[in-house]
Amino acid sequence: MKVAVLRFPGTNCEFDTQYAFEKLGHNVDLVWHEDENLPANIDLVVVPGGFSYGDYLRSGSIARFSPVMKAVSKYANDGGKVLGICNGFQILTEAGLLPGALKRNNNLHFISKHQTLRVENTDNAFLNKCTKGEVLNIPIAHADGNYYIDDEGLKELEENNQVLLRYCDSEGNNVVVNGSVTSIAGVCNKNKNVFGLMPHPERALENILGSIDGVKMLEGFES
Amino acid sequence: MTAIVNVYLKEGVLDPQGKASHHALDSLGFEGVEDVRIGKQIVLQLSTDDKTKAEAEVKEMCETLLANTVIEDYSIEIRA
Repeated sequence: MKVAVLRFPGTNCEFDTQYAFEKLGHNVDLVWHEDENLPANIDLVVVPGGFSYGDYLRSGSIARFSPVMKAVSKYANDGGKVLGICNGFQILTEAGLLPGALKRNNNLHFISKHQTLRVENTDNAFLNKCTKGEVLNIPIAHADGNYYIDDEGLKELEENNQVLLRYCDSEGNNVVVNGSVTSIAGVCNKNKNVFGLMPHPERALENILGSIDGVKMLEGFES
Repeated sequence: MTAIVNVYLKEGVLDPQGKASHHALDSLGFEGVEDVRIGKQIVLQLSTDDKTKAEAEVKEMCETLLANTVIEDYSIEIRA
């Protein structure tokens, strides 16, 4: 698989993301935000975590207008697979490629810890190696992860199986982590080719780091 | 010409900063505060003298960048 990982000023998870996909045996190209084109013949674009443009104005609001994002929008609209992690999720919602928006955490804290997540839907290119209802252990690290969508939007997400992950306890019961609507941690678009989540699967590939649950998430894109 | 844009979370969208500040005001003994909403003010200096044009342009700026209309509302005030 050939993966393009984007870099904006302030991105800080691009090398972790590169390491993760290379560890799984894939080729990774880092792509600068001023590039107007994505590399040829890629299988996946990853918008990694960090603090693009210092989170000024709103997290992701400025990065979404960079030249490379025009290419990403076109790639996504043509059916290409795009994954946004943390700040990447924020950028994709700001760009309108994913529904909803991410607000300041309800406790106003930057939350950085391992968090259990429940897999909500697996009929997609991302979580197909996971089992519905499975509880995963993945790190989170964000200040603006409080997912908001209005009631009508939420209904649509549920009807189309677009909710990917919810924050839960080790038994799989919903927990309030950051105030997200119905504890949502990740969603995809209606066509199921654009994915976004606040947790960091690229940081959960080795037992020494506390979890290997990220492996089966990222491996989903191989099929 | 100056444009003053106020951006704030929509009615019904919980404002965590407003809620925390409200709680702090209560703790400090300030009574009678029914609600606190925190937003941001963006002040733009514009080269045009045409108020109608300025309003239209600033509205477009709000819709495009300055506000995220999924969660935020905005108001525009133009001053000469």
